[in-house]
Amino acid sequence: MQVTSSVRKPLITGGKTVHDVTEDICKQVEAKPSKLWLMAFGISVVTLLIGLVAVVTTLWEGIGMWGLNKTVGWAWDITNFVWWVGIGHAGTLISAVLLLFRQKWRMAINRASEAMTIFAVICAAQFPILHMGRPWLGAYWALPLPNTFGSLWVNFNSPLLWDVFAISTYFSVSLVFWYLGLVPDFATIRDRAEGIRKKIYGALSLGWDGAAKTWSRYESVSLILAGLATPLVLSVHTIVSFDFATSVIPGWHTTIFPPYFVAGAIFSGFAMVLTLMLVTRAVFKLQDYITLEHIELMNIVIIVTGSIVGIAYITEFFIAWYSGVPAEQYAFYNRMQGPYWWAYWSMMTCNVISPQLFWFKKIRTSIAATFILSIIVNIGMWFERFVIIVTSLHRDFLPSSWAMFYPTVYDMGVYLFTFGLFFTCFFLFAKFFPVINMAEVKSIVKSSSEKTAA
Amino acid sequence: MSDTKKFVLGVFDDEDVLLKAVGKVRGAGVKIHEVYSPFPVHGLDEELGYKRSRLPIAAFMFGALGTTLALVMQIWMLGVDWPMIIGGKNHVALPDFVPVTFELTVLLASFGMVGTFLVSSDLKPWKDPKLMDIRITDDKHIMAIDLGTNKAMEAATINALLKDSGAVEVNDKDVDE
Repeated sequence: MQVTSSVRKPLITGGKTVHDVTEDICKQVEAKPSKLWLMAFGISVVTLLIGLVAVVTTLWEGIGMWGLNKTVGWAWDITNFVWWVGIGHAGTLISAVLLLFRQKWRMAINRASEAMTIFAVICAAQFPILHMGRPWLGAYWALPLPNTFGSLWVNFNSPLLWDVFAISTYFSVSLVFWYLGLVPDFATIRDRAEGIRKKIYGALSLGWDGAAKTWSRYESVSLILAGLATPLVLSVHTIVSFDFATSVIPGWHTTIFPPYFVAGAIFSGFAMVLTLMLVTRAVFKLQDYITLEHIELMNIVIIVTGSIVGIAYITEFFIAWYSGVPAEQYAFYNRMQGPYWWAYWSMMTCNVISPQLFWFKKIRTSIAATFILSIIVNIGMWFERFVIIVTSLHRDFLPSSWAMFYPTVYDMGVYLFTFGLFFTCFFLFAKFFPVINMAEVKSIVKSSSEKTAA
Repeated sequence: MSDTKKFVLGVFDDEDVLLKAVGKVRGAGVKIHEVYSPFPVHGLDEELGYKRSRLPIAAFMFGALGTTLALVMQIWMLGVDWPMIIGGKNHVALPDFVPVTFELTVLLASFGMVGTFLVSSDLKPWKDPKLMDIRITDDKHIMAIDLGTNKAMEAATINALLKDSGAVEVNDKDVDE
């Protein structure tokens, strides 16, 4: 039985029937690719190929091609890594945490945001893999594999190793969760398709027949996966923050990093979901499924997480001053006033000030404003990681080793490569996979259409 | 010789009508073979008298296996096989082993549970689903009643019962085993 609150607005508008849901979503998968899609996909592939030149050069010549130096040994690589992993937080948060809280508005957006999560984590993984220089040997450095040195095992005391386990577990569990959700929808496409398409979607749908017994098990599996994925999603960015927090570098050695990083990750993830969903919604005409209500709710999550991030920035400053440790105080003074002041103030403007605009209902229900602000938030979150990493490193303990970091064209190229990879994957997903979870949306059609009629 | 099973299919287009119908049909002493739906209908498993899934137990078992394997691996590698002093810590620095143990617990619990689900529900890429009705992945719920297991009832009585409880169509279907 559907139990819905009478004060909430319907989640699906336009008086859709269950059959309309099938039609509206399958239409996108079955139609020939539109010119717009071909153009967007073409641009992504070209971006990927241009970036690939930088990747291949990095692998061939070594990571000396990047702008790193003895003082700044970590820069764009880890900045981009943390940025992409952060973006990869929204999908599982939306599908798992909101499922546990029984927030039905997740249903229209969970599929695409989970896809985004998976692609973002793939992009993130490129950086730690590439920065090993010789990634083909990397398996021995990153995984506990028997080897001819004794075996000399990996160091389980190192947060970098924890990261390997956290990211790969997060990726695999998110992938399974996403795929499981896709199975009933693949069955719907299978039963409308002919010939080779029927074969492909038939194999993907694992012979799904919609039996009540299977649905009952499926529901119980989804709930447990959500329960497992919730601490998992919180653990991933916590462990990423340990990469910094367990070190003794002023500016990194901070106990508030785990919650601060997790809030920042949700903040940037929701912003990226909004950027992508606003485009997908317009191109695929999904305005009845992804309504202004959805956009507003996501913007509210952005205000909350953005404010947590803002408070974290201020707390860091306060603690640096209050600690009385000169090195710590200098690190933060240098962020604001040093040679990278522009990065710091970009971060402050984009992350702390701009999301506060969403307090105005006019702004948080405006598509154009949401789109622009969602991009600004992600620019801000990139600068946050850059500020934490580069400005904390570039003024070393010895003034003689103080240095600046300048990215080379290869730094930029590898970053570009991940953009190409991300959008290539996303466009392929949007064309060949159902972008909205049909089975879940169908289960709320009745309660929504009754309200529209009433 | 192939065995042919005769089914009566009640077609429903509303999940609430279906839920009531399941109760009514079972109340009349008819055994329902299975109900097929395009989306999960809450409470349907209880109406059909299905027991709660034991998959959570499988998840717990696999999770416990993950915890054990992770701890044994780390303690053996850094404590027994090649002990090293790292950062002045004990060889077996248990707090440091928590993150990897947690991740492997979640990994094994998830994969083990999903694997068990696929096996127990017989889901595999090369399976032909043999749908009772093509519309069950679109917008119709199908209640399938096996005439073989309901020998005591006339087919006509079952048809009438289905119509009576709100089925929009009642069809016959032969399934070759």
